[in-house]
Parts: sequence; structure tokens; C-alpha cells
Amino acid sequence: MDLYGELILDHAKRPQHAGLREPFDVEVNHVNPTCGDEISLRVHLDTVDGGAQDGALVLRDVSYDALGCSISVAAASVMAEETLGHPVAETLTTYRHLHAMLTSKGQDPGDPEQIGDAVAFAGVAKYPARVKCALLPWTAYLDALARAGADISAASEHGDRVDP
Amino acid sequence: MTTGRPDAAPLSELEVARIRADFPLLGRSVRGGRPLVYLDSGATSQKPRVVLDAEREFYERHNAAVHRGAHQLAEEATDAFEAARATVAGFLGTDPGQVVFTKNGTEGLNLLAYAFSNAAAPGALDGADPDWARRLHVGPGDEVVVTEMEHHANLVPWQELCRRTGATLRWVGVTDDGELDDRAARLSEVITERTKVVALTHVSNVLGTLNDLRPDSTVVAAARAVGALVVVDACQSAPHLDITALTATDSGVDALVFTGHKTLGPSGVGVLWARRGLLEAMPPFLTGGSMIEIVRMEGSTWAPPPAKFEAGVPMAAQAVGLAAGLDYLTEVGLDRVHAHDQQLMGHTLDLLADRPWVRVLGPEPTHRRVGAVAFVVDGVHPHDVGQVLDDSGVAVRTGHHCAWPLHRRLRLPASTRASFGVYTTLEEVDAFAEALDRVPQIFGMAG
Repeated sequence: MDLYGELILDHAKRPQHAGLREPFDVEVNHVNPTCGDEISLRVHLDTVDGGAQDGALVLRDVSYDALGCSISVAAASVMAEETLGHPVAETLTTYRHLHAMLTSKGQDPGDPEQIGDAVAFAGVAKYPARVKCALLPWTAYLDALARAGADISAASEHGDRVDP
Repeated sequence: MTTGRPDAAPLSELEVARIRADFPLLGRSVRGGRPLVYLDSGATSQKPRVVLDAEREFYERHNAAVHRGAHQLAEEATDAFEAARATVAGFLGTDPGQVVFTKNGTEGLNLLAYAFSNAAAPGALDGADPDWARRLHVGPGDEVVVTEMEHHANLVPWQELCRRTGATLRWVGVTDDGELDDRAARLSEVITERTKVVALTHVSNVLGTLNDLRPDSTVVAAARAVGALVVVDACQSAPHLDITALTATDSGVDALVFTGHKTLGPSGVGVLWARRGLLEAMPPFLTGGSMIEIVRMEGSTWAPPPAKFEAGVPMAAQAVGLAAGLDYLTEVGLDRVHAHDQQLMGHTLDLLADRPWVRVLGPEPTHRRVGAVAFVVDGVHPHDVGQVLDDSGVAVRTGHHCAWPLHRRLRLPASTRASFGVYTTLEEVDAFAEALDRVPQIFGMAG
């Protein structure tokens, strides 16, 4: 079956950057009430001082504790890979492309240039019931960013609302 | 009442084949042409053609708003609706006047829970029988008892009743085997002089556990001894068992609910049964048209039950469909439906026992279970198990099945559940077990 690709199974078995770490600015807890999947997620933001990215907000750390199905655990792992050390603005673009792929019902295969390993989740888009599993860590991530004071309006297509 | 061991013979292969031919949906394929193996009847049953025909015929020939209008169609629609009520009454072994149509099981339980808090309003119990009125009084210092194995539908409404009235919620625990911890000594700590309601399920929607609700069972006896109302959620037993004993004069049960869509009927219709005196004393839940006696600008009085609890134009077509579904079960014979379920249950437990990487939840003996087998595959999340089964055309339920506290009690985030209907075959159970063998293959466990 096309849902459980090698990459998803690997991330599910060996989630990258897992475990809650110090220091952090904000911790959030999100659940999927239909299945009980849970994630606790921490973000630690920092402002770049000098250089080409002077003044940009960057993810110094993204740490998490995910309890759930292989899709949601793998999604948390890939989310950490695609955000840790990246500028916030870039991760919002990644999220936007990932969200478009996941909600395309299989029409959008995903662009590895934009979303990296998260293309492995393209198969999830064909299973509407599982899309929320793949989005749970990202929803928690956006919430944590917002609570940490970051502007996340770029996460949505129109920039005026976030509807993960 | 059943102790779990049916006397009747299970349905033969030929009989089940004939039954399946009556369910159009069972003939379809899923996921790229695989034959459907529907093992999610505990969530909702599929519908026989007679149910679909009954609804269609109602709309094509008799449709009108029931209990209104002086025209012939209104008469026919009203007759059909009331005939459906009589069929439900027959199914429950009770009087049609004690059958209230609700939207589903959840609404029936809310109707009961709200009756208690509405009873606290000034004048709400004027004219009510003093004994029933006293039993409907719930306030600070009083207690409402549920069990740890309840579906959220038989838990949250009682939590909310306690919140509204200041009463205290207590619960009967569940053993590691998934049985109610209903030893008399334990129950006497939970069910006390302060208990006003004991609300519990007949059959666990997750574990299939069949609770002993006979009049002399520890739970029912304890509730009776303190005058607490006994409310039974029969949503999971009605599709598989003869439940008429629950409504018998001396059953000790005061009210029960079941839902239509799990019992071969359409969605949008459920049933509340209660003792006549209780129905008469209970204040209404939803108010508006149909449920009134006299309406003046200053205030209104209520119609007698069951109309008092059926505000607005009712779900007549769905009630007619449900009656056809119940007639279908009655025609097969509920003792044989139960025997069929037991055969499926035994076969499923045997096949799962052959797979050491599967851990079955709930009571071990087949006769202690009805309708459902929940299990976990250690190391693989139930959603992933369900997804692999689905890929083979096998439909099961995954998650906490609206029984989150029960899963917490069993120290599990979720489980996978296979559940049966009158149309389920032994071959489908084989197909399910075979599909399950793909789980260790895909997720790389020692299978």
C-alpha cells in the first residue's frame, strides 16, 4: 500500500529530534480528539544578529513528545527536521506547501524543493481520515509559534487567517 | 434474561447467505475492487432492503406531517408512525405508550439527564406522583453512578447533570479483564443511600462485555435497595439479544435507550423506554409543537407521554424504517441472532489466539461477550492496523471508540475493534485474520 513508504516507517520507528528539551519559549499540547493522538511541543526562537538574515526569527530548537499512529509520529519527526535551525518565515512556506499537498486529495504530489522529506506524505492525501494525523504536529507547531509571538499569517494562502 | 449462552442453533451458512442477499451494500467492493468485509456493525449496521423500501414507500405514498392535518395523508402518516411505535413496543416487550422516539441513543440519555435538572425548576413536578417526584430530585449531596466502561453518551450527560445540579458523579470500576467490578463489597462503596441514578451499559461498545443486569444481579439489586433509578444503555445489545427481560415488571430497570441505526434501522431515530410513572413525572426535555396540551401566552401545559417528549414534527419515515429493521431481526429470531454472534465470536477469538502478537481486550469466555472484539497489536498503533485492514477491504473501527476513560483504565491510547452483524460470515472473520497478518509484515515486527 502506498501510504506506508520506507521514509514514513523509518521516521515512525526512529523519530528524529524527539524528546522535550530546554531551553524553550513556549510549550503546547495538542490532541486529536477522534483518536486520542497527542503531541507536546516546545519551540525556542532566536533573532539572528548580523549577516544576510539579520533580524530574522530562527528556530533554535523544536522538541516534542508525540504519542500516536505512525503517520502522526513520522509527521512530527519530519516537522522537526524541516523546522529546526530554519528561519520561521521559511517554515511557514514549507507548511503552506505541505498543507496544499495534504488537502489536494492526491492531485498535488508535493515539491521536494519546498517541503523536503515531507513529500513522503503525499500518499496520505488519498486517505482523508489520515490527513489530520499528518497535520497534528504542524498544527501544534503553528500554535507554539503564535504563542511565542511570531507572525504566522504567512502560513495561510491569503495571509489573513490560519486554518490548519 | 440471557446469561450469555443462547439455546438456539446458530444460523447456517445458507441462512446467512440468504440474509446477505437482503443487504444491497454488502455486495459492493472497496479499495480497488476488493470485496467488502464489513466488521464495523458496532458503529452502525448496514440496512436490509425492507428498511430502505419501508422508508421509500412512506415518502412515495404516505408522506405528511404526523399528528397534524385533517387530510387522508396525515391520517396515513400518523398511522404508519404509531404502527412503528407499536412494533418497537413489541420488540421491547412493552406498551407503545412507554416508547418515546428520539434522534438517537445519545438524545435519549440526554432526555433523561435533563429531566432531573429540569425537575428542580419551581413547579416542574406539580401533580407528579410523589414517589417518582422524590426519585427525580437530584442536588448537592446526591450522587449519580456510572461505570468506567461507558460510551461517552452515557457518561458526559451525567457529568453535565452533576455540574448543573451540584450532585457528585461516582463510578463502578472495570477489572483488568474488562468486566464490571460488580462484587457486592465494592458496589456498596459506590452505590449508597445518596445514589439517585445508576446508569450503565448492557454491553460494552468496545470490549463486548455483557453486563449482568438480571433483577438479582449485584448492580441492579444494589440500586434497587437504595431506590436509585436504573438507566440502561442498550445500544450494543439490542442488535444481538432479546432484551425484553429489561422491561419486565420486576426487572429493576427504570429506563433504557437504544439507537435505530445500529439495529438495522435508518439514522436519525432512536428509542427511549421508561416506566410509565417515570415518563409521567419527568419534565420535558425539548419543547415546542406536538408536545403541548394547552398553550397560552403566559405559559403552557404538556401532553401526556410519549408525546410530551416528542417536540416538533417527528422522524416518521425513519421510525417506519426502524420498525421494518426490528421486524427483520424478530423474523430471524433474536435467540438465533445471538447464537450466530456467539459462533462468530468464538471463531474470532480462536483465530486471534493463534496470533501471539495480538492482545485481545475484554473477558476471555466467549459467552461473556456480545458483538465486538477489541484488540491491540503491540508496537503498532490501532490506526495503522485499521489502515492495513482497510487496504484489504476489511472495515473495522480504530481509536478510543467514544470510550476514552475505559481505554485510560486499560492503559491504552486506543484499540482496534471488529464488530459483527446478523449478516457477518465466518469467511469474513477468516479474511479479517488473513488481512491482519499483513500488519507484522508491513511494520516489521516478529510475526
